Amino acid sequence: MAETPPLQGIGKEPPPAEVVPASISEVLTGTAKDAVFRVQEYSYLALQAITNIFSRPHYIQDTLDQMDSIGVGSLPIVLLTGFFIGAVMVLQTASQFVRFGQTSLTGDAVSLALVRELGPTLTSLLVTGRCASGIASELGSMLVTEQVDAMRAMGTDPSRKLVTPRVVATILVLPLLTGISDFIGLVGGCVAAVFSLRLGVVQFWTRAIDALDFSDIMQGMTKALVFGFILSTVGCYRGLTVKGGTQGVGRATTQAVVVSSVLIIVADTFLTKLALYLADKLF
Amino acid sequence: MDPAIAFRDVRLGFDEGDVVRGLSFQVFPRETLVLLGETGTGKTLSLKMAAGLLRPQKGEVTVLGEKLGEMKEKALLNFRREIGFVFQEGALFDSMTVEENVAYRLREEHVPEEEIEPKVREALRFVELEHAIDQVPSELSGGMRRRVSIARALITRPPIVLYDSPTAGLDPVTAQTIIALILRLRDTYGVTALLATHRLQDGFALANFHFDAASNKVLAVKPENKDQAESNTRFVVLRDGKSIFAGSPEELAETRDPYLKRFLV
Repeated sequence: MAETPPLQGIGKEPPPAEVVPASISEVLTGTAKDAVFRVQEYSYLALQAITNIFSRPHYIQDTLDQMDSIGVGSLPIVLLTGFFIGAVMVLQTASQFVRFGQTSLTGDAVSLALVRELGPTLTSLLVTGRCASGIASELGSMLVTEQVDAMRAMGTDPSRKLVTPRVVATILVLPLLTGISDFIGLVGGCVAAVFSLRLGVVQFWTRAIDALDFSDIMQGMTKALVFGFILSTVGCYRGLTVKGGTQGVGRATTQAVVVSSVLIIVADTFLTKLALYLADKLF
Repeated sequence: MDPAIAFRDVRLGFDEGDVVRGLSFQVFPRETLVLLGETGTGKTLSLKMAAGLLRPQKGEVTVLGEKLGEMKEKALLNFRREIGFVFQEGALFDSMTVEENVAYRLREEHVPEEEIEPKVREALRFVELEHAIDQVPSELSGGMRRRVSIARALITRPPIVLYDSPTAGLDPVTAQTIIALILRLRDTYGVTALLATHRLQDGFALANFHFDAASNKVLAVKPENKDQAESNTRFVVLRDGKSIFAGSPEELAETRDPYLKRFLV
């Protein structure tokens, strides 16, 4: 049998281009410039998402669709995790209170922790996992298949049609989801308290409700609002700046979740400090 | 006569370097200009600049008397309603049905619902896809998607239509159907067209055939009308982001340039 000749390229191969290695300072300057440019782009997108609300055209149907997809769609995971977080909080705090015979304080501790901190933060992180990734991948796919260009070519501003409805919808539904999560968390806490600590239902709820001030609820809801803004704008930004085809879409999706989650937790620290300061001054 | 589209020494590039390097050409009303070139020569970028989707870094792009480089994005959004754009892969909105895709512009302009349906049906009938009105893009073949994209571009009867490689990746029969549609659109509505392609036969088909409304067929241009038809179709050949040939189909067919001859094989 005749041997198959090896595959050959057509024509002469071009000589390899000379690669000049970049200096460390060049790399650092490039990275810093790139980071500043990204922050600038993100800030512009976030600002535009908000200013669009005050001028026409408005895409109300798109906003309602997004509220349905982000809000109603996230309800099952928020309910399920909220219930068990409340229950586990009761079990953990009670194990400490038992040591000095104050199990009745469990209601106070759980209710404050849930409403001020765990409710908004955990709900936002859950919604980030589900929706920031969804937004980034949806907008990213639209970008790589030229649907965003097609939209612009037909006279529609993608920031109004795609970004603002998602941002507004997330800002509106996240406090609602947080409220539901807080309530379900307390239900879970109550179930755990009744069955594991033998506390009375009325006693648990009375202490849980009495422990809360208006400022606590405000703190939780304000956090949810800010976190909603962060996760939706980061999701939109990552989606609309996808580079490198479908692989880029995957990367953008992951980055949207990572960046939003980190930003939410960092913002949480500053918001808590601010809220405690304001609560001290105002209430 | 003022040109409908004019590029003057246009440059555009990215981090990797300039892609469009000093491109100049003009398209006159009711004329079809075929931008011919290999992939990566800046055809799609040129079309996107003609629609104002990208801004040139240097030079000037004028469309219907407006200098696009100087217009703000909001003004450009309104201006783009004068232009139909057929994207390479169709770029249909995949979450919408064919009807919603074609009616998109009308709904954006708040045209009453009762006026929308007949217009959508008419546009879909033009591309012979009325039966697919309720389907979603994922259920359509590549050729059908391009036809829907053409219907979407013509729904508002724009005076200018830009085609980005409308036959790329299609089998010869489907490619012919798309070219026949472009001929019909040109000869029925008299649109000015800028067509980017790497297939020379598309350009020659536009020069040598016409749509006959009486018989509803695409016919070869009669020899006595050939000059007229050819003067309505011109070629610009791009290489490395620059125009290396501009002229009629006849001039291109008779070229002695070795690079251009490769297209003619």
